[in-house]
Amino acid sequence: MRPTDLFNFAWQVLRGSVARTLLILLAMGIGVAAVVMVTALGEGARLYVANQFGSLGSNLVIVLPGRSETAGAMPGVLLGKTPRDLTLDDALALKRSHAVRRFAPLIVGAGDVRVGARSRETPVLGSTAELVEIRHMELAQGRFLPEGDPRHSQPVCVIGAKVASELFGSRQALGEWLRIGDRRFRVIGIMATQGESLGMNTDEIVIVPLAAAQALFNTEALFRVLVEAKSREQIAQTKADVEEIIRLRHEGERDVTVITQDAVLATFDRILNALTLTVASIAAISLAVAGILIMNVMLIAVTQRRREIGLLKALGATGQQIRLAFFTEAMLLASGGAAAGLAVGELGRSIVGQMYPAIPFQAPWWALVAAPAIAMTTAVLFTVAPARRAARLDPVQALSRR
Amino acid sequence: MIRLTGITRTFLVGGEEVHALREVNLAITKGEYLSIMGPSGSGKSTLLNIIGLLDRPNAGVYELDGGKVTALSDDELARVRREKIGFVFQFFHLVPRLTATQNIELPMILAGIDPAERRQRLARLLTEYGLEGRASHRPDQLSGGQCQRVAIARAMSMGPTVILADEPTGNLDRHTGQEVLAVLEQVHHKGGTVVIVTHDPEIGARSHRRLRMLDGAVVADEKD
Repeated sequence: MRPTDLFNFAWQVLRGSVARTLLILLAMGIGVAAVVMVTALGEGARLYVANQFGSLGSNLVIVLPGRSETAGAMPGVLLGKTPRDLTLDDALALKRSHAVRRFAPLIVGAGDVRVGARSRETPVLGSTAELVEIRHMELAQGRFLPEGDPRHSQPVCVIGAKVASELFGSRQALGEWLRIGDRRFRVIGIMATQGESLGMNTDEIVIVPLAAAQALFNTEALFRVLVEAKSREQIAQTKADVEEIIRLRHEGERDVTVITQDAVLATFDRILNALTLTVASIAAISLAVAGILIMNVMLIAVTQRRREIGLLKALGATGQQIRLAFFTEAMLLASGGAAAGLAVGELGRSIVGQMYPAIPFQAPWWALVAAPAIAMTTAVLFTVAPARRAARLDPVQALSRR
Repeated sequence: MIRLTGITRTFLVGGEEVHALREVNLAITKGEYLSIMGPSGSGKSTLLNIIGLLDRPNAGVYELDGGKVTALSDDELARVRREKIGFVFQFFHLVPRLTATQNIELPMILAGIDPAERRQRLARLLTEYGLEGRASHRPDQLSGGQCQRVAIARAMSMGPTVILADEPTGNLDRHTGQEVLAVLEQVHHKGGTVVIVTHDPEIGARSHRRLRMLDGAVVADEKD
């Protein structure tokens, strides 16, 4: 039997019972689409987190006040309690480490920002000139905070794009004055739109010099210190140095938490990968169910088509030809279902992608290969029993029954 | 051409042995037109199935075209069947989803014959059996007589050694039955070997050699 004839024969069978064919295609398609969608969601989440960490800055080491024994939480959520604050002097002492390229102390608070009659509550960040380098921030207009002694401050600020448009409307914001609490600041820079970055939307913040923030919020305690290591290899050294320097300054007590983004990222990566795999396996079960459906349908087909199989044998079909006919039919169903599933999955992915443009939904290549492969494999495996049964059918009995 | 020696076939029915064929000896030569008659259960269908290689005897030797086929494997039997045997059934056994042409084509597809060659043979068969106007009709759009003609064309498509017809007119009215019989006789006139199983004495009388069976044994063998 020629391959094209085999194909035509199976095709005619499938066309002969449209409802049955569509049902199996549906089951197979749902299975494949589920695997594609689920892995796309998982991979999207993973890439999203990875991008977030990437935008945070490279070779970053974050120092938080307080000691936490739990690793791997979001840096923003990690708020240990300690009797001893992390101060600017602690941060300045970090200069002693050779592994440290630069650092930026950070104070965060909420401020009532006013321009004339317009007022807006926004997060206010107190930091130094180094922040722009460490966080890879981009300015749309003007310049960032001036360099200089962080203990002294000028009344200047840098604002996010959204803050600028909300407070100044279409007016030029650069060079204008705004009020935070009872202090006046001149706008010297407006940040470019960068979107979300680890829970901090740079479009919606106001950045002031550290000393000004200290005065505004009446605190000496730093929210955290961002430290940039000289190279990727020196991250571990930086971490050790930072811990040692602060321990010495805090009377031998290790009361700060130092996290590296690599460690956090790796943890996220592992968690999200495990999650994706788990959910994808659950979705793959639906493929197995589709395979069992194919087996059932094929078994029914063997019974329904007894006479036809008997006839084929009488016409000289070998057992192998009968088996091949069944396998071809199953493969056609599986590949059709897989193609439909890939299309539907891709469609679903792009729809979800439109709804959440920030998250890069993309089914990983292994899922795009594995889902159809599993579909084909289950289809073939589950056809073995029906095909064997058909091939063994006794033609005399098959033909004699009406 | 066909030589059966001491063919015995027993079935187990409800734990009891039933002798469908008892030591049947039979020789059929090329170009014979032979009918097998007898009451139901006399073993005529079993004999036809054994000649058609659909069934295996429990004992005895079957030689087809000079070769012993009793010891062949199932797949080898299928190949011999494909090349040398043409079946015509009482209930036509056409594949309902296939057209007349596709039904006739089936044995050639199974044999893996080249599509160009298949088209040639199909055109010839359709003309020969008066089916030109019915080529792309499905069995449910064909009359009983046309269905049986398709079945005969299918049986002839591989140029078989022998045509085996099991009650070919049993499902047809008298007139159509005559028509189908005429087609089978046309095969015989062209030099083909035709074996018909029937319980209709009138049909039996038209053949040139009549076998009568009773209780699994050939009790009469008349030639014209």
